Amino acid sequence: MTLRVRVDLRLGSLHLDVDLDVEPGETVAILGPNGAGKTTLLRCIGGLAPIDAGRLALDDDVWDEPGAGIFVPPERRSVGFGFQDYVLFPHLSARENVAFGPRSRGVAKREARHRAEEWLGRVGLGDVAGAKPEALSGGQAQRVALARALATDPQVLLLDEPLAALDASTRGEVRRDLRAHLAAFPGVRILVTHDPIDAATLADRLVIVEDGRIVQTGTLAEVTGRPRSRYVAELVGVNLVQGVASGNDVALDGGGVLVVPSEERGAVFAVIRPQAVALHRTRPAGSPRNVWSGRVASVELLGDRVRVRVDGSPALVAEVTPAALHELALVEGAEIWVSLKATEVNVFAG
Amino acid sequence: MSRAGRRAPWLVALLGLFGFALVVLPLIGLLREASWGNLWNDLGTPQAWAAIKLSLICSLWATALAMVLGVPLAWVFARIDFPGRSFVWALTVLPMVLPPVVAGVALLDAFGRSSFVGARLHSWFDVQLTFSTAGVVLAETFVAMPFLVITVEAAFRSLDRRYEDAAVTLGASRWTVFRRVILPMAGPGIAAGAVLAWARALGEFGATITFAGNIKGRTQTTPLAVYLLLESQPEVATALSVLLLAVSVTVLAVLRRRWLVRS
Repeated sequence: MTLRVRVDLRLGSLHLDVDLDVEPGETVAILGPNGAGKTTLLRCIGGLAPIDAGRLALDDDVWDEPGAGIFVPPERRSVGFGFQDYVLFPHLSARENVAFGPRSRGVAKREARHRAEEWLGRVGLGDVAGAKPEALSGGQAQRVALARALATDPQVLLLDEPLAALDASTRGEVRRDLRAHLAAFPGVRILVTHDPIDAATLADRLVIVEDGRIVQTGTLAEVTGRPRSRYVAELVGVNLVQGVASGNDVALDGGGVLVVPSEERGAVFAVIRPQAVALHRTRPAGSPRNVWSGRVASVELLGDRVRVRVDGSPALVAEVTPAALHELALVEGAEIWVSLKATEVNVFAG
Repeated sequence: MSRAGRRAPWLVALLGLFGFALVVLPLIGLLREASWGNLWNDLGTPQAWAAIKLSLICSLWATALAMVLGVPLAWVFARIDFPGRSFVWALTVLPMVLPPVVAGVALLDAFGRSSFVGARLHSWFDVQLTFSTAGVVLAETFVAMPFLVITVEAAFRSLDRRYEDAAVTLGASRWTVFRRVILPMAGPGIAAGAVLAWARALGEFGATITFAGNIKGRTQTTPLAVYLLLESQPEVATALSVLLLAVSVTVLAVLRRRWLVRS
């Protein structure tokens, strides 16, 4: 079962021209700036925006092929759609929201209700089944929306900015839960986000969409290591390392230890902006808590900035000015010192 | 009023005051004229009571009819773009600005016994609308439905389309979307439109008397009774007027949250 997406669609000033295959069991994150066509692409797959040309099919089941005169309306596609801001029906309780899909697909009232309660229990909301959406917190609404999208047992799950509406305090926890639910869903999983952290922590593969076209695709390491445009570099060009925290120290999975600003425990992600990584010819004196030495692996010019990949423990990407490049004599293979303030490390519970 | 910037020019203030007086003085007159002690007795006289009952029945039927026909019409106007849409819309709301007596004449010319629709209704179904209670309902629906249509259309337009998107991705048919999402979400707007249409139907005079006549117990609604009783039993006419005024005030109170507190 493969979702094959060949989409050509003009909508206002947007020209969406995308060719993408997604396998079941794989989570694909579509990243891109506002207006890039991410949501429109999702709407095409869900049947909310008919395509102009191309072919959209789940295996041999063609959903949209204008050339052959085929268009399967959204209500007959096996798709679970999670909308940005969730779009829960405000006049229905959480339970009725989740039961809406099964009810609409012909499941008897009691059975639909039962199924809804089962799903709400699965996302940890069994006790608020009777609450109206206005009474739910952002995190709860997100989980109701997820349960609603999954309650029809779709083969394809589409999530549009599933975490964008959440504040920072609940985001980490909801993200972790979402990751578990995504892992438990056996079908095709596509999510749209503008947040590289969400993409990095939730997806197996990133698809960068810019101006209606795919500019790059690959794993996080592939995309981060070799961004193909200034925009991609800014969007996903962050350093992301995993490790196990104990107090202020994080023992990194790939070797090395990072001192972080807050006390943590257990598996964590640490995110470091390349601009925060400082490079020195000699061991720096003074306050930085994280200092280690490495070897320059690659130097890449991107407009007025230079991305320098430094192998070491950990291996990171630093971004410096062309002047610094010259001053530090940064060439491939050069020995170099790396420093990083503890306060520049953002830690997320994994 | 203490700040100079908020003070109105005296001419504006004076004209505004006159305008307010113009509206309020007749109401004061009506309330002064009412014999409050006998109000219930006056309303209980056979003719008054028959008119009140008929008014209730006809206005509620008219409201129901306006909802059944007007809500779908409002949905079409809010969601479907078809050639000549604005022309059809203008025709639909025309009764709001049409003199009611003209509405009555037009209804006679369409549904009267010898008219092009009325003659067929009579020969095929043996139905006669003129001078019948059904005729009153038809006249009231004709003038009241536009109020419902424009209110409900606005309610439909203000609905976020993504709720409909969400419903179809969950497998809902178009009918299910309409019944389980659009209707309940537009519920407050539909209720407001219904109240407005009901108030208009209740006060209908010109079209009713022209089309359905003024037959006691059959087509004589409260406003018609007021007009007729003004000569013979002015105290009953006044009592009925006070009743209609009370209904109007209640309607305003019900709709207050919707229109008056918008700013």
